[in-house]
Amino acid sequence: MKKNWLPLILLAVLLAFPLVVTSDYFLHLMILFFLWVMIGSSWNVLAGFTGQVSFGHAAFFGAGAYTAGLLFQHLQLSPWWGMALGGVVAMLLGLPFGAICFPLRGAYFALASLALGEGMRHIATISESFTGGMMGIMIMPTFVSKIPYYYIALALSALTVLSVRFVIHSKPGYYFLSIREDQDAAESFGIDTTLYKNVSLAISSFWTGMAGALYMNYMGFIDPHVVFSLHDYSVMAILVAIVGGVGTIYGPAVGAFIMVAVQEFFRSGFFGLFDYIGKTTGSASFVSAAEVVRQAHVLGFGILVVVVILWLPNGIVGDWPKIRRNLFRIQPTR
Amino acid sequence: MDVFFQTVVAGFLKGGLYALIGIGMTLIMGVMGIINLAHGQLMMLAMYVTFVLNTMGVDPYISLFVAMPVLFLIGVIIQKVLLNPLIKVETILPENQVLMTVGIGMVITEVARFAFKSDYKYVKTAYSDATFFFGGVSFSMALTIAFAIALAFTAAMFWFLLKTDLGRSIRATAQDKDAATLMGVNTGRITVITFGLGAALVAAAGSLLAPVYYIFPDLGGPFTAKAFIITILGGLGSTVGAILGGVTLGLAESLGATYLGMEYEDIVGLAIFVAVLLFLPGGFKRLTKI
Repeated sequence: MKKNWLPLILLAVLLAFPLVVTSDYFLHLMILFFLWVMIGSSWNVLAGFTGQVSFGHAAFFGAGAYTAGLLFQHLQLSPWWGMALGGVVAMLLGLPFGAICFPLRGAYFALASLALGEGMRHIATISESFTGGMMGIMIMPTFVSKIPYYYIALALSALTVLSVRFVIHSKPGYYFLSIREDQDAAESFGIDTTLYKNVSLAISSFWTGMAGALYMNYMGFIDPHVVFSLHDYSVMAILVAIVGGVGTIYGPAVGAFIMVAVQEFFRSGFFGLFDYIGKTTGSASFVSAAEVVRQAHVLGFGILVVVVILWLPNGIVGDWPKIRRNLFRIQPTR
Repeated sequence: MDVFFQTVVAGFLKGGLYALIGIGMTLIMGVMGIINLAHGQLMMLAMYVTFVLNTMGVDPYISLFVAMPVLFLIGVIIQKVLLNPLIKVETILPENQVLMTVGIGMVITEVARFAFKSDYKYVKTAYSDATFFFGGVSFSMALTIAFAIALAFTAAMFWFLLKTDLGRSIRATAQDKDAATLMGVNTGRITVITFGLGAALVAAAGSLLAPVYYIFPDLGGPFTAKAFIITILGGLGSTVGAILGGVTLGLAESLGATYLGMEYEDIVGLAIFVAVLLFLPGGFKRLTKI
């Protein structure tokens, strides 16, 4: 087997990145990128490898974030304790949920996960005395500089990808795949499908919870509509994995990079291009065009979903041979 | 006791509309085997159609007959252009049609936001706030009319599914797609018509709801959630179940809002959802057998 050096080279580049680029803006984007690598990879373990599509990963993300926030709010513990516990709490949320849903076949898990995400948001909003309701939770970030967060996020996301890689290449990973491909066949081989779906969910919810705790520490502010958002987290997690490649180990990392770039592309109005043209030429139509682009970012995501599912159903990594064939007109050598 | 009756009546009337939403969803679920996560968004679109016609002075109950064909057409296009091609595509995930509906829902919401802005719109009619009393319990005029029309549509739907050739083909496709194909049913066409019908039914619900509700682009999400709770309650693919599920959800929300507080209205639906998954997986379909 050919050794794949690309991930190692990439890791080295990422380690050196803050030494070269000191702009807070790009460091912030990179931290977001790492966050999405974590969430996308963990969604991918459950949906891409085990075949259980979740529409409610925001529930685990929010659970992790609220763990960190609430520990500080009520016990005055440093939010770094939340870092340690966020993943565990998200896992504890996932286990009974999986125990209820996984014995059922068909669309139940997808629907129930959607309900879980929405339900968590309502609960966090209503229990004002405990979670602060719509007021949210605010903490002071420990570091002013972004560089410590950069390395923490890098370490966590690398750990996520590594652990996914480890699990997928070990025995449970093959069980996951067999459940995805044919549950009946898996059962007839004596695989406890409910148990292994739960194992998959536990891994997935753990890393998503860790991402949530990291978010709390880094951003310093959460409220129910931010961290339990269906579109911003549950659907975005799906997008990251699908764009990159469902059921591939490095796919979500590629997807995370593209999605963060696309998000920023829209948010900044083509990286400020329209604003710049509008200012230099003095034409008002470009300024208003920039405004339209800014508002269109969810629309852009929606169109991206449609386009990717129609033409690149296995994502960029999964469909790479196809893309290469079409783009460079190179026949794959066998 | 009056409060209780009042709550039950309000919940029941709302349940009639929910049933209409649920039937559309469950038809699509039964025939295609997918959950349509753009269902509420389609309803939102129908409400905007009603709103636009209302600004021209058309009564919501007449614009119903415009909104339904329009949404039928949109449903047909969605199924034909976006969902049917996915059946042939080789992928790992079986759910990519569902993911597609999520994308469609996002696009519909944002297009509506561009066209109508985010603020709340109202369809004002003479009977929006009108009520009448029956045995000490007040009935909202608009909701009662809506309930009656919803009932008529549900009955018509049943007649259509049970007695017409097309209806029989739809039921055959839902039961066994391969067998239906072998019997000479053009299942590809049936899926297109079913999605159109589902969209038209939810459009009817939207037009009926427009006089008593406010209209804004983000309204789709919560109603999609309601629709799938109803479908799970009723049992996936069961039309009778969808009616029972719709009425149950309407009653439960109404009772929850009265006795627990307004903010618990949405929680009640989700609590029922979990209870059904725990104690009656398969929903009311298990009890009614149809």
